[in-house]
Order: sequence, then C-alpha cells, then structure tokens
Amino acid sequence: MKFLVSAVGMVAILALTLAAFGLDVPRSLGLIAEGAFNPNYGWPTTLTRATPLCLTALGMAVAWRAGMYNIGGEGQYLVGALAAAGAAVLLAPVAAPVWAPVMLCSGVVGGAGWASLATWAWLKRGVQLVVSTILLNFVAVEAVAWAVRGPLQEPSHQRPMTAAVPNDAMLLQLVRGTSLHSGVFVAALAVVGVWVYMSFTKQGLVLRVVGANPRLARTERLPVDRTHAVAMAVSGGLCGLAGAVDFAGVTGRLGDGFSQNWGFLAIPVALLGGLEPLWVAVSALYFGVLFAGTENLTRYTPIGNTVVVVVQATAVLAFLALGQLMARRPRRVEETA
Amino acid sequence: MIGTLVDVLRFATPIGLAATGETVGQKAGVINVGLEGMMLAGTYAAVVASGASGNPWLGLAAGVAASVVLGLAQAYFTLKLAADQVVVGTVVNLLAMGVTSALFRLQFGTSGKLLSVPTFPKLPGGLDIVLVLGLVAAAVAGVVLTRTRIGLALRACGEFPQAVTAAGFSVMRLRLAALVMGAVTAGVAGAYLSLGIAGSFAENMTSGRGFIALAMVTFGRWKPLWVAAATVFVGAADWAQFSAFAQGSAMPPQAWRALPYVLAFVVLVVAGRGAGAPASLGVPMREEA
Repeated sequence: MKFLVSAVGMVAILALTLAAFGLDVPRSLGLIAEGAFNPNYGWPTTLTRATPLCLTALGMAVAWRAGMYNIGGEGQYLVGALAAAGAAVLLAPVAAPVWAPVMLCSGVVGGAGWASLATWAWLKRGVQLVVSTILLNFVAVEAVAWAVRGPLQEPSHQRPMTAAVPNDAMLLQLVRGTSLHSGVFVAALAVVGVWVYMSFTKQGLVLRVVGANPRLARTERLPVDRTHAVAMAVSGGLCGLAGAVDFAGVTGRLGDGFSQNWGFLAIPVALLGGLEPLWVAVSALYFGVLFAGTENLTRYTPIGNTVVVVVQATAVLAFLALGQLMARRPRRVEETA
Repeated sequence: MIGTLVDVLRFATPIGLAATGETVGQKAGVINVGLEGMMLAGTYAAVVASGASGNPWLGLAAGVAASVVLGLAQAYFTLKLAADQVVVGTVVNLLAMGVTSALFRLQFGTSGKLLSVPTFPKLPGGLDIVLVLGLVAAAVAGVVLTRTRIGLALRACGEFPQAVTAAGFSVMRLRLAALVMGAVTAGVAGAYLSLGIAGSFAENMTSGRGFIALAMVTFGRWKPLWVAAATVFVGAADWAQFSAFAQGSAMPPQAWRALPYVLAFVVLVVAGRGAGAPASLGVPMREEA
C-alpha cells in the first residue's frame, strides 16, 4: 500500500516537473515510456542504465547507514573505471576469459582505495567527509582526463581515449543490438549480498548501530572507527565496481564523457530507497526507466535527462517533508543536543 | 604585478564571498552543503536577468533572489523540520543543477551556445565594486561576529544553543538569519562568477567552488579574515590554471585544473582537526512545536 502510494507519487512528480518546464505532458510521458519499455530496445536500455545506478546507490546506502556521508561516489566510480582500463592494458597478453573478473576486481580495489583516502583524512585528520569526498571527485575527473591523453591513450595517439577492449573479453552481451550485458547480474548479486550483509550478519548489525548512535556504539566498545573504515571501503568498492562494469560491459573504452554522473545521482536513488538494499534496487530500477526514457525524449526537446535530476531532488524533498511532518510531535527543548 | 594581484583577487572573490557567508552560518551551527547549488542558481539567474535587461545590477539582484529562494527552502527543511543538514544540502545542489541545466537547454539547446551578457563595470585598476564589496564583507563579518551582541548570540547558537534560548533569543531566528545571509553572499558569489569573470553561463559552471568555499571555512578556522586569506590562496590556484594555459607550461593542463581541489584537500589534511569548530555544528535544534 505504502509502495503503491509512493509509486503514484513518483509518477505525479514526474508529470508535474514536465509541466513545470512547459512541456506537453502526455506526449513526453509517451516518449519516456517508449524509450524505457519498447520491447526491442527499451527495457534492455532501462536495465543497462539501472545497473550502475543500482551499484553506486547500494554503495551510498552502506556508507550513509554507517553515518559516513560519502558524496564521492562519482570519483570512486571514475577511479574504478580507470583501474579497470589500467588492468585491460596489462592484460593484453592474457587469454580473454580472464579479463572480465580481473577488470571488475581492479574496479573494486580502485574505488575502495579512492574512498579510503577520504576515510583516512577523516579518521586521522578530522577532515569532513562531505568536503573531502567531493573534492576528490574533481581530482578523479582530471585524473581520467590526464590518463586517457597520457599513459592509457590508444596506441595511435589520435583521440583522448583508451584502446577498445576486445569484444570477446567484454562482459557477455545479453540482447543483440542493445547494450544490455551480464553486468546486470553483478548488480543483482550485489543487491542480495549487501542485503544479507546489512540485515543478517553481525558486522551489518554493528554497522547500523554505529550509524544510528555512535555514542552508544562507543560506550558498548564497538569498533566504531574500523566500522566506519569498512563501510567506506565497501561503499567505494561498489561505486568502483559500477565504473568497471560500465567499462567492461558498455563502452570498452574510457574517455572524457565516460561518466554520466551516476555516482552523484545515486545519492537520491539511495535516499528514496530508504537506504534499504532491496528498496534501493527498486528505486534504481525506477530511475533506470527515467534515464532510458529521457534519452528518447531528446527527439522532442533538448531538455534530456536534466529533468530526471529535478525529479530526483523534488521527490527527496517531498518524501523528507512528508516523513518529517508525519513523524513530528511536540518535543521538549531539553531533549535536544 | 598589480595586474596579477587583481586577477587573483577576481578569481578568489566568488569563493571568498561564499566562504564568508558560510563562516557566519557555521558559527551559528548550520552547515550549508547546498552552498554550491545556491551559487549555481545565482550564476544562472544573474546571466538571464542581465541578458534580458541589459543591466548587470539587475542580474546581481536576480542572482541573489534565486539563491535566497533556495536558502529559504533549505532553512524550512533543516530548521523547521529539523531534517538532516547534509541530506537537504545535497538535494538543494541537485535541484539547482537540474533546474539550471534544464532551463539552459530549453533556451539554448544542448549545443550550449555561447552567450555574452553585460558584465559589471570596471573601476580604475581593474577592480570592480563587487570585488571590493567582497573584501569589505569579510571584514564586516569578522567585526560583527566578535565585537557585537548579535555576533555573540550567533556564536552561542553554534556552541550551546540551549543557553541562547535561556538568554531570551530565538535560536531558530538567529540561524535563519545566518542561513539567509549565507544565501545572499552565495548569490552574489554566483553572480560574480558569471557577470564579473566569465560574462556567460555554462552547465554546472560553479564546478565545485561552493565546496571549495566549505573547505576554506574549515581551513580558516572559522575566523572570517583567515577564511578570506585562505580563499585568496586557493583563488590563486584557480587563476593559475588559466594563466598557465596562456604561457604553455610543462605541467599537463589537467594537473592545473585539479590544483585547486588538490590544494584544498591537502591543506585540510595538513591543518587537521584543530580547535575552533563550533560544538553544535550540524546538530538540529528542536524547539517546542
């Protein structure tokens, strides 16, 4: 029931946003639906877009549940892709079946490492995560821009991108003529894995306690710092994995326009999923629909996927307002601090 | 030499203005993660209004208005509803990014047509009024925070809000005032980016300057003049990336572009936790409903 209300609310917000920008609502919704659900190319595109969104949003959920405001998903995604691209260069003499697992693992390590830089700065030097993770995003963008014109540039040195990964080394293509690839199963596995970890393991419980009440966690002698570090590493690892999956599944090349801002847009996806792994997956699927759909919208208007960003922001604010207003009851001043 | 100094100041001004307002806000206990979004909204509104009216001062007013609207929205969620300040700030950034990009594309298409609008007139020596205003703002903020009654009340909001209530002030109103002040300076900062430096707009034009401003508040230890000095430092790095291009340096251009962010990160790591952070920073205050 709650889900039904939320779903109707989300579509209503989409329609209102389209109307607010002066677009023809039925026509726009029709184009979005066609782009997202068309039996030939629609739903594979939806799943392809939902895959990195789901992985990065899971990453956000893990970190935020532990009380670590990781806003650096974008940088971790990029460094993951960069690590995968680096692995691809080193893998040249190796047989094709080895490539995909190595590229994905490099992505995880790259993303986790990038996130851990911010963790280290927070735990050892007290640098706020909100600031450090964002600053590292911009550094990652420039690092990729430099690498694809420097050490990782394709052999002819003509274009600012890496050499293409050979077709037989890429993740398996699932639907001919579309970009849907077996990375979608990686995302599904990650959903189950994170869900089991958060809900059914001792470390998951510790992580949630640390996030909900660090003071209590400290008095209970729980390993707060270590939990924070692990949560950030897992978070960055998932974002890095998303980058590697996109690299090894969709493009096979790394260039300037590689990132679609997934790491940043994952934050509202995770928030709207209530930071619960299974709902985060549902949320990612919904925004997969919108991102695939708005690509089709460009036939009508240049507004493109910027409208999805507005929908995301509006939806989070709406849910925040509803949630906070409903949870409100008179409080006494002494309760604060 | 003087010319270089003015150039550096020009690049430091948007970050410095935003950081000055943010210092006041953080002293009052509110962390404004939406600073970047408010700047971006200011940048866009300023370009549109200046382009439409031909008057850069109207552009400045529009930029401030757009930023304040976002600031009031943020205040409603973080102060009135006591929602998480980082969550709301992040969403405000998204909202500004989405709305400005969508409107920009509706007007000019995805090609991002280069537009040119009237900019702030220059005073002799390459300075302009907003730049001077930025320098004055930092000094005023310093004096108000440390030497006045209202400044004391503001600082108390960030340290021990219960005492402020006991003394008969409204924490909510003081924090609201601080947040709106921050939104005003963010709006001026954004407008300066488009009307003082570039004379045009591009999607996501602020490119993290709001976040750099946040970093500089910590680096400047919540003291307005120190914060201003820190922004001149990082403004120099911002300026260097443009001048280095012109001179053709050995360092790759990507490294120059990354320099302000790397510097901000490194100075925060070097400066460490230190003292001076308001004790109640980011903690919502719930008053009797």
